[in-house]
Amino acid sequence: MTKIKNLLSFVTQSRGISHTNPREQILNCLTYGLLVIVALCAGFLLWDLSSSPRDGFFHGKRDSHTLILDLEHIQEVAVNAEAEQRARNVNCTFWDCLNIYKCEHDRLKVYIYPLQEFVDEQSDKTATTLSSEYFQILEAVLKSRYYTSNPNEACLFLPSLDLLNQNVFDKHLAGAALASLDFWDRGANHIIFNMLPGGAPSYNTVLDVNTDNAIIFGGGFDSWSYRPGFDVAIPVWSPRLVRQHAHATAQRKFLLVVAQLNILPRFLRTLKEVSLANSEQLLLLGACESLDLTMRCPLSQHHKSLEYPRLLSRGKFCLLGRSLRMGQPDLVEIMSQHCIPVIAVDNYVLPFEDVIDWSLASIRIRENELHSVMQKLKAISSVKIVEMQKQVQWLFSKYFKDLKTVTLTALEVLESRIFPLRARSSRQWNTIDTNARSTFNPLFLPSLAPKSQGFTAVILTYDRVESLFLLIQKLAVVPSLQSILVIWNNQKKSPPHLSTFPSISKPLKIRQTKENKLSNRFYPYPEIETEAILTIDDDIIMLTTDELDFGYEVWREFPDHIVGFPSRIHVWENVTMRWHYESEWTNQISMVLTGAAFHHKYWSHMYTHAMPGDIKEWVDEHMNCEDIAMNFLVANITNNPPIKVTPRKKFKCPECTNTEMLSADLNHMRERSACIDRFSKIYGRMPLRTVEFRADPVLFRDNFPDKLKRYNDIGSL
Amino acid sequence: MQAKKRYILVFVSCAFLAYAYFGGYRLKVSPLRPRRAQHESAKDGGVQPHEQLPSFLGSHDQQELKLLQSNQSKSLESSKQLVPRKPDCRMETCFDFTRCYDRFLVYIYPPEPLNSLGAAPPTSANYQKILTAIQESRYYTSDPTAACLFVLGIDTLDRDSLSEDYVRNVPSRLARLPYWNNGRNHIIFNLYSGTWPDYAENSLGFDAGEAILAKASMGVLQLRHGFDVSIPLFHKQFPLRAGATGSVQSNNFPANKKYLLAFKGKRYVHGIGSETRNSLFHLHNGRDMVLVTTCRHGKSWRELQDNRCDEDNREYDRYDYETLLQNSTFCLVPRGRRLGSFRFLEALQAGCIPVLLSNAWVLPFESKIDWKQAAIWADERLLLQVPDIVRSIPAERIFALRQQTQVLWERYFGSIEKIVFTTFEIIRERLPDYPVRSSLVWNSSPGALLTLPTFADSSRYMPFLLNSMGAEPRHNYTAVIYVQIGGALGPNAALYKLVRTITKSQFVERILVLWAADRPLPLKKRWPPTSHIPLHVISLGGSTRSQGAGPTSQTTEGRPSISQRFLPYEEIQTDAVLSLDEDAILNTDELDFAYTVWRDFPERIVGYPARAHFWDDSKNAWGYTSKWTNYYSIVLTGAAFYHRYYNYLYTNWLSLLLLKTVQQSSNCEDILMNLLVSHVTRKPPIKVTQRKGYKDRETGRSPWNDPDHFIQRQSCLNTFAAVFGYMPLIRSNLRMDPMLYRDPVSNLRKKYRQIELVGS
Repeated sequence: MTKIKNLLSFVTQSRGISHTNPREQILNCLTYGLLVIVALCAGFLLWDLSSSPRDGFFHGKRDSHTLILDLEHIQEVAVNAEAEQRARNVNCTFWDCLNIYKCEHDRLKVYIYPLQEFVDEQSDKTATTLSSEYFQILEAVLKSRYYTSNPNEACLFLPSLDLLNQNVFDKHLAGAALASLDFWDRGANHIIFNMLPGGAPSYNTVLDVNTDNAIIFGGGFDSWSYRPGFDVAIPVWSPRLVRQHAHATAQRKFLLVVAQLNILPRFLRTLKEVSLANSEQLLLLGACESLDLTMRCPLSQHHKSLEYPRLLSRGKFCLLGRSLRMGQPDLVEIMSQHCIPVIAVDNYVLPFEDVIDWSLASIRIRENELHSVMQKLKAISSVKIVEMQKQVQWLFSKYFKDLKTVTLTALEVLESRIFPLRARSSRQWNTIDTNARSTFNPLFLPSLAPKSQGFTAVILTYDRVESLFLLIQKLAVVPSLQSILVIWNNQKKSPPHLSTFPSISKPLKIRQTKENKLSNRFYPYPEIETEAILTIDDDIIMLTTDELDFGYEVWREFPDHIVGFPSRIHVWENVTMRWHYESEWTNQISMVLTGAAFHHKYWSHMYTHAMPGDIKEWVDEHMNCEDIAMNFLVANITNNPPIKVTPRKKFKCPECTNTEMLSADLNHMRERSACIDRFSKIYGRMPLRTVEFRADPVLFRDNFPDKLKRYNDIGSL
Repeated sequence: MQAKKRYILVFVSCAFLAYAYFGGYRLKVSPLRPRRAQHESAKDGGVQPHEQLPSFLGSHDQQELKLLQSNQSKSLESSKQLVPRKPDCRMETCFDFTRCYDRFLVYIYPPEPLNSLGAAPPTSANYQKILTAIQESRYYTSDPTAACLFVLGIDTLDRDSLSEDYVRNVPSRLARLPYWNNGRNHIIFNLYSGTWPDYAENSLGFDAGEAILAKASMGVLQLRHGFDVSIPLFHKQFPLRAGATGSVQSNNFPANKKYLLAFKGKRYVHGIGSETRNSLFHLHNGRDMVLVTTCRHGKSWRELQDNRCDEDNREYDRYDYETLLQNSTFCLVPRGRRLGSFRFLEALQAGCIPVLLSNAWVLPFESKIDWKQAAIWADERLLLQVPDIVRSIPAERIFALRQQTQVLWERYFGSIEKIVFTTFEIIRERLPDYPVRSSLVWNSSPGALLTLPTFADSSRYMPFLLNSMGAEPRHNYTAVIYVQIGGALGPNAALYKLVRTITKSQFVERILVLWAADRPLPLKKRWPPTSHIPLHVISLGGSTRSQGAGPTSQTTEGRPSISQRFLPYEEIQTDAVLSLDEDAILNTDELDFAYTVWRDFPERIVGYPARAHFWDDSKNAWGYTSKWTNYYSIVLTGAAFYHRYYNYLYTNWLSLLLLKTVQQSSNCEDILMNLLVSHVTRKPPIKVTQRKGYKDRETGRSPWNDPDHFIQRQSCLNTFAAVFGYMPLIRSNLRMDPMLYRDPVSNLRKKYRQIELVGS
């Protein structure tokens, strides 16, 4: 402003000395012209400063950029508190209060309103002030994959108005501020974060602001105020949590710790009575005289004060009691110390209750039964306690550890409602994913595979046409064989013409591959129409019809296992500290080689599309260990051992001792041992399981008339 | 003007313009904001912006604390009745938990006396099935004072006042009920409510008060959350028990079905809920999407028809509903007049993945069942997106969804009995003393109805989820020898031999002898020494053991039931139980080998004596055989390993009717155990090694030699199958042998050498 005045005085001054020559006059004209332009610009600027943000040209430019959460330049907006507001619509459901047409994009997008300060037109009171927590929430959304700067493509709208704590702002003014938002539209698709709802004396369990159709991410819902499938229950954040880490090796001396300060008096009385009878197992703490909230003092006043929330790690269980409000910051404090919360708040909607299975990580007790809390806790087995502790620890680190995580979890809950296809299942939300041993078997239907379907034999061959034809002839007479698929891996010459193949009564297809890769044997070819695949090498000609038929029968009873004939074992060598591959005939096995084995087609799909690490590429490169890789894959996903069928141990010729012993130079064995080592490193564990049994026909080796006996032709070696 | 001045002037103007353009917005910030000063100073220290701001809690909790401390007077508590009476019921406000502390029992009001006109009390077939299911279940009590839950004798299933099953004067009938108490602790089953034209879901035609509604087609606004239970809509021919299994026979990947999406059903042309089905024809393409509707229903359809009706009817007649169900990957479940429809259960059974098109419908048992694993949601508002949605689902997901439809159908929806029991279990889990099952238990096989949470609080103690947890059963086993005859106990008696053999096993932890014989117990010193392995002898005769309470331990006419051998004795602390008859002959290697096999199949019975069942066409009944066959479906518990949990399930879950059959015949308990385990696992038992004879034939007095005994077993099998509603036994064609069994290699290389010596 002062600058402009200076300029003006300078102009008037210069006017007095002019009138000299025409050239200078022209120049002066130009200068004055320039000055006029500057003055106009200045005027425009001044007008722009006093106008609202959207139509200003500075803002027009900034809008296309992502929002910057800059605390120093918060713009002030006047609000008319008298404007019409609509109260929270208690009948909202996902199906009628959310405008789904805004969410038709392929993913959830959230628009954040720029930081603004809403001021009452009349009284000049500000509506709300920004808190640290809300800033972090905004920041989390801003930096997340959900953020969009374009309100037109947004599905959800996040006001920058901080409504976390209802007691620090004027509710009416806040409602007016919300209603004045640019895209408010009765609150549709708006999300409101609130952690402390209600105030004296009614202590409502939901924010007392006129939010109309907005979705509330609330920290203190009870089951009446919560609109299921619409609102999201979030935890009440605790500022005391910052940089607190639980001790992994905490001595959890007490069964129950009660350190919540604001438990209602009548429940506190109950707890005091309980603690008299259980002083060894219940640690009941109250506030210290200083009213320092990071300290707790025993009620007896004689003992030293304890640091909060760290002291919670002294208990196996920690109580979350009924207070004036439903939600309390104590819940995250308890969880941060890996203490199992005991929730004695009737009808409290726990954070993320839609997706988190709290039964795995908490104990719920009715308020009226608080007096029996110790009996209830004592009845819990130590195994269960350890399980729950792990679950609490995992839940905390996964969904509660900081405001960013909480915010993103809340948005994901909403995302899974809007895009149910992409929603995680309850198992995925609640299974500890850091435990490598816990698995999910994709073949979980507990039924035997149908007999009628039969199996498809997939023969991987290179150029041993003679033994291939022999094998095809042998396979063709197996009653349960449905069809044969020959995988021709030889790139140098094409397979013999179909007419030269032995004529058989079952369908036969030949597939020429594009590359000579071992993984071709496990490709889930569309030609395979059965569940069961028999992968078989072209030189395995000794298996009898009965053996193959029986092998399929066994697979039907164990359709999720690898069921086959050649077996191997892995052993740990203490000297070299490595895994060793063993092909001796032993009492135990842990692998069934896919040179002659049945497996479900799903495993072929998994092998081709979901093999971990670079195993698949490595196998193709080295032309070895595809069978070991398959055994690892299935064992890792199911935790099941393979099943060896019948005593058969020789497959190529009666004289051969062992498929591998024959061809086996030492190098081959060494390479296969290295495979086991390599794969177990990639999986981070040894998934293979060792078993001592094999499957034989029920009447195997029984003295019984052959006519009445099935599977007579079972070889001995 | 001097050139110099001019240049300065031009420069200054340009500078000003540039400043205004690039930095002018800073001027826009309102001046005099006290916080700003702090922020700027803090910013220099490299502090995160949020750390400059105050916490949202502020001094709030300190103030609240002061309030609580200063105000510990009555004013706080009295002014603040913390659970105010609200219109909607919750368990805490509308349910009397004190009735349910010990047991969860259900009382059914007797059928109403005939009214003055002499008309019989109307009860529909389905409601009668519900009542029968309860009456024959373990929930039932005839004593209203012991009951936790009350079921009406009045048929409330159909509350459509235009329906023939509609029962009139319900309010006055309710008022006459002696324990009604405004519905507290009552449960009301309902399938239909409301009527034309609005089909209001909350118009039952009477005031249910504080009763829990178990109702189909509930909307999200109508259901009292945590109180009412949403049940599926089932048709009039729905079976009482067991019923048809899921129709998915094969588990092909990828599931190559002829159609991707199918629907065949009525549409209503006008009125509530008609828009959705009316617009389905947009999705129909006759190739992989078959969505055909008809307006040809009701008397006056001609009057109501629109101009699409004729065309729709033509398409409609081209497709057969059953064929569509079996040959489609997805089945559309659109709302009808009401939110729920029969299509849902039909699709579920057929393994046709339901695609829900019924906004705001609360799916059956939604509080426990994770439908994300078995169904796909579409939105009525975005109807035209349905084809894209179903096409976008990858084959792996379809594979999993399809299997889950079958798991859920078989465990919770296959029969009226299952639906009613599931409803009860959901309510039961809300009771303060009853443990809550995890979502994993509810949503995986064998499901919540067969997982009794009172057995143990951790899934680790159950046989079902061990594999998926990467856990193994706990080590070692407890041998339980059931002594029925006693026999002459010389020093070489079979019983003593058996004890000696067990003692040598490396996995045995404890031996339990259940003495049910009439003879007196042998003296303690007569038993062979068992060194470090504890031997407990429990006398079952005459006096009943109080422990392991349950009706089976009670005796009628002083005779102990043979089911006592399966009581969950406290002495059994291992997961594995080796159940033996007194005269079993097995060697130590056989025990150890069977145990190692069991560890890999802890949910099954693993043992020696195999038997088979078969369907006898001539008698039109199930047959039982102990002959040598190529298959078996029963492994008798005379020498078998099974999980301890099955003892608990046998005692506390099996229908009392079954246990009574066993008690009266003093026989068949082993067959019943096999039926139970197969019912739970849907898998056959496992026979190990060649041994067939496992009885010491010398004992002579064995009831096994009695031909009546055998006939009795046959009739048992048929009784059991009738009570289960189907035949749970499943055949197996294989047995498990040690790896080198009978191989022509040196015996020294073999681990289980004694087994080699045993013939058949």
